Amino acid sequence: MKMNNVILKTTTQVVFFIIFLFSIHIFLAGHFAPGGGFVGGLLTASALVLLLLTYDLKTVKNLLPINYMTLTAVGLLLALGTASLSAFFGEAFFMHYFDHFNIPLLGDTELHTAMIFDLGVYFVVVGVTMIIIQSIGGDE
Amino acid sequence: MTNFLLLPIILPFLTAILLMFAPKNIIYQRTLTMIGLIITTGCSLALIQIVHTSGIQVVTFGNWPAPFGISMVADMVAVLLITTSVIITLFTVVYSFKSIGIAREKFFYYPGVLLMLTGVNGAFMTGDIFNLFVFFEVLLMASYLLSVIGGEKKQLRESMKYILVNVVSSALFVITVALLYSVVGTLNMADISVKIAEINQPGIITTIGILFLVVFGLKAAIFPLFFWLPSSYAAPPVPVLALFGALLTKVGVYAIMRTYTLFFVHDIGYTHMILLVLSVLTILAGCIGALSTFNVKNIIIYNIVIAVGVILFGVAQMNDTSMIGAMYYLVHDMLIKAALFFLVGIMIFLTGTENLRKMGGMMRSYPSLAWTYLIAAFGLAGIPPLSGFIGKMLIVKGGFEADHIWSSIWILLSSLVVLLSVIRIFIYGFWGEEKRLVAVEKRQGYWRLYIPATILVAITVFYGVGAEWIMPYMRDAADVLLNPSVYTDAVLKE
Repeated sequence: MKMNNVILKTTTQVVFFIIFLFSIHIFLAGHFAPGGGFVGGLLTASALVLLLLTYDLKTVKNLLPINYMTLTAVGLLLALGTASLSAFFGEAFFMHYFDHFNIPLLGDTELHTAMIFDLGVYFVVVGVTMIIIQSIGGDE
Repeated sequence: MTNFLLLPIILPFLTAILLMFAPKNIIYQRTLTMIGLIITTGCSLALIQIVHTSGIQVVTFGNWPAPFGISMVADMVAVLLITTSVIITLFTVVYSFKSIGIAREKFFYYPGVLLMLTGVNGAFMTGDIFNLFVFFEVLLMASYLLSVIGGEKKQLRESMKYILVNVVSSALFVITVALLYSVVGTLNMADISVKIAEINQPGIITTIGILFLVVFGLKAAIFPLFFWLPSSYAAPPVPVLALFGALLTKVGVYAIMRTYTLFFVHDIGYTHMILLVLSVLTILAGCIGALSTFNVKNIIIYNIVIAVGVILFGVAQMNDTSMIGAMYYLVHDMLIKAALFFLVGIMIFLTGTENLRKMGGMMRSYPSLAWTYLIAAFGLAGIPPLSGFIGKMLIVKGGFEADHIWSSIWILLSSLVVLLSVIRIFIYGFWGEEKRLVAVEKRQGYWRLYIPATILVAITVFYGVGAEWIMPYMRDAADVLLNPSVYTDAVLKE
């Protein structure tokens, strides 16, 4: 019996983007407000899980053809790369740098390399969560 | 070059990440793993020389001042253990090419091994008690993967036990660190040492000391807490077993060594006496186990328990002689256990059984294997020119110096039991009538297992014969262990 879940699908199409944008907001807010890579990553993963609940594994895979194992590895590389960046300048490992930049629209903005480390954390969290859910959900 | 000491941690980690990009490509996995490990070996050997010539190397992450950032401290103790771990991992990987099987290789076996090495090296080098916990978790997570990989029934059952025990001990670790933090208000190990010396170790610190003994004792398998070890180590395949047997319990032993020489040194009469009694009982338990079984894997596994007892007995004396002995014996034991597991693995490979009663007469077809095994067995028991001798001799000498006569004699007697248990494998396995071996075509490529095992045995022989060259490094290590001020001054730069 095929259920017609048009309400769920329509709502998901809207809600997915709201959750996704909120997760990006949480991720970017991390330095000065509660948030950061871990929560941001979990929220993004939860948006993807909502897609998985609404559609099936195959549709989501076609929609977002991401290899989450590679995503996790890229995240780890980003984190390790940021941490060792300072080593190339002869400073102690894990040193991070920041400066103020004048960006159009946003004005004076403080940019940190810690942000890239956080991006690594974000990728790893999204990747690991999705690997867990897909491998439990899939029946290969 | 301030960060050079971090390379033994970063390189295996980086290699493991790169391996994750193509898990199914076996050639890529093997070559990259080998390249990564060989470079790491070179770096850690160079690090030994650096630490030997220019003293303890310290880097505090992010250039924060010492007690506020995470310090990584490469003293001689850490560097020697790191080098040994890397060398053992290198040979285990070579041994794995033949023995681990394609299916496992395709399922993140090599990243697992390298991440475990990352955790082990990090645990040896860290100068921060909570960071020690994190590295413990890194190595434990990887060891969970390695113990369950392949998914045989036995592995699934035993890894459940293994994970359960380790989750409990990790929770206890966090609680103990929380307790310690609430008393001294710092997590940096050098700073903790200084703070404990300032308040002169009140009762609560002694309590925390005993709690640490329970936590690390669960990881290191000391007397009442070793119950999980024999069955969960017997389940995974031989290369994984060799890694576990050589590295994992020794991290626990190292952690006990570190905390009992750096933190809890003001009430030796209580804490170290408990350590002494437990180590003697550990040896007793290991001896009983080693004689009780006809399973070749289990005999060597119980010998791990005995060795943990011997090393901790050396640590408990807190004098110069036995501390050098403990360091020497620790490195010896890591090498020889890996070699013995390799050799026993070859015997299982040739006969297709782990039961000693079903083996026999392999001397006729494989004489070189037999003699290699005999050398390794004598090395383990401590026959003079070989590597087990000097460490145990110094430990016992230290025991006599500290007036622990009966327990020292007990250590000597335990050597006889160790010798008996491993010689039984030799007598049953290699002497007598030739019993069944597996079919000839299944024995193909035997030399690919034999070569890494033999090289490792040769290294242990060199380690014993070349004691004269190695002693200065051991003396450096014992010096750091016995004088906490050397360590704290190097970290806090006072």
